[in-house]
Amino acid sequence: MNSFLTRYSSTTPEADIRKAKELYGEDDDVSEMIWGSAGGFGNLAKGVPTFKVPAVPDPTSFLRMHTDDHADPSCRIKIKHGTTTLAFRYQGGVIVAVDSRATAGSYVASGTVKKVIEINPYLLGTMAGGAADCQYWETYLGMQCRLHELRNRERISVAAASKYLSNLVYSYKGMGLSMGTMICGWDKTGPAIFYVDSDGTRLRGDLFSVGSGSTFAYGVLDQGYRWDLTDEEAQELGRRSIYAAGHRDAFSGNTVNLYHVKQDGWQFIGNYDISELHYNGPGNVPGAPGGGYGYDVRVAGRSSANAPEDQ
Amino acid sequence: MPDGSFAHSQQRSFNPYTDNGGTILAIAGADFTVIAGDTRQSEGYSIQTRYAPKVFRLTDRAVLAVNGFAADGNMFVKKVKQRLEWYRHAHAKDMPLRAIARLIQTMLYAQRFFPYYVYNILGGIEEDGTGAVYSFDPVGSYEREACRAAGAAQSLVQPFLDNQIYFKNQTAAPGQSHPTHLPLPDVLAIVIDSFTSATERHIEVGDGLEIYVVVAKGRSPQGLDTMRGVQEMSARPDGDRMFVIRRDLKKD
Repeated sequence: MNSFLTRYSSTTPEADIRKAKELYGEDDDVSEMIWGSAGGFGNLAKGVPTFKVPAVPDPTSFLRMHTDDHADPSCRIKIKHGTTTLAFRYQGGVIVAVDSRATAGSYVASGTVKKVIEINPYLLGTMAGGAADCQYWETYLGMQCRLHELRNRERISVAAASKYLSNLVYSYKGMGLSMGTMICGWDKTGPAIFYVDSDGTRLRGDLFSVGSGSTFAYGVLDQGYRWDLTDEEAQELGRRSIYAAGHRDAFSGNTVNLYHVKQDGWQFIGNYDISELHYNGPGNVPGAPGGGYGYDVRVAGRSSANAPEDQ
Repeated sequence: MPDGSFAHSQQRSFNPYTDNGGTILAIAGADFTVIAGDTRQSEGYSIQTRYAPKVFRLTDRAVLAVNGFAADGNMFVKKVKQRLEWYRHAHAKDMPLRAIARLIQTMLYAQRFFPYYVYNILGGIEEDGTGAVYSFDPVGSYEREACRAAGAAQSLVQPFLDNQIYFKNQTAAPGQSHPTHLPLPDVLAIVIDSFTSATERHIEVGDGLEIYVVVAKGRSPQGLDTMRGVQEMSARPDGDRMFVIRRDLKKD
């Protein structure tokens, strides 16, 4: 109970030790931060993360040689890639929809990835590119957003949060980070989406799709997008767009995760299996037309085995 | 050239990694977790040793399996254990499983520009008493799952697990449904079958099998305590219980 007092007091024995340490310096390279509550938070204990870099003349080409599976498909360390993510702004807030597949080369490393990162109750980030880069830096962004709240007694704006992230990744430019993310939220100015990537690009916009399946998602999204969509229509559009990408892009698929950001924060709408969407649709969900998205449309009436019901 | 120099320009590169083969696997039950790995260590077509453990006890209720480059893996486990000891000294308790998972993420990501070539699977008991498995990529992206195979034979074992644990591509009989969690004897049978089969079809898998089982406090070990060749390594009989089962695998 007195620890807080002794830490800042200047007359206790602890204070004398502190002064001695300031005079003679710490003889140990492990700071005392690591012993306290920061004992579980490793390299972030100093406030700024630090990274080990190989002792070679060109660390970036070293990393590229051993990890980049576009340059060398046989390289050892396969970092998870491949994605479709989308977010759009409309009258009722922001819709965020993503797939859940992670690939390492042609192997489906996981079909249950959470590509929406819940930064705080008002901010969502999406994951495309390096899974670890997005997960780590968006978690880190969440810490910085909380500090902003404590320092300024108000929530951080989406613009400020996204700019913090883009400045951060820009400082690592050329070192091999790979992320394409959308920072989505609701602040004083209303719903907002910012696209941020590891090249340093940061764009405000109404509608984005990122990843290997983005072209397929854009096809459906652009066709169905209007500002005055109802909530149900908007959720269905997000779901249908990710389905389309999962269907046509080999590096996307498995399931859809759907989120809706409203004035009082984000809300998780649901998880939908893409093959289930293909054959049977999303089930009894508001906004859905009923029936599968893909199968009956293509097959019904095309053969005697699949005669339309009403014939 | 006679003076020891080269006639043409030479290129060298820094190659600090190798693949030491082997496979690891973890499955979470309702109130227990099974974490297993084979014990063969190889480089290329040569077997370096028939007993090199890949599964390590971290706390009373956490076990870490490490696969990939053995030197990196052993160093990484050593550093994780050191951090957990520091945590014990600072807080007078063991670090909870979900915190160990986040710690492993930050430790792997600290090496983002010089990665550990290791695939980690963390298994154990969560604070709420449920079994949990966390799987990691080499630079720290992670996810909680019900089961995961990693390493040389992951592409042989994971589809089998998808079918037997998640009941993928299986349709339940009319009026019936698939169980969400399997009992411990069923899980152990699946683990042993996974490794005997992987040994048959993958040259880097074999020699020995080490299976760690963590059972939540107050829950039945479901006959495991009387099974043959089981070693109990629980810290306290009234806390979470931990067992190791060692089996031989084919050595050819």
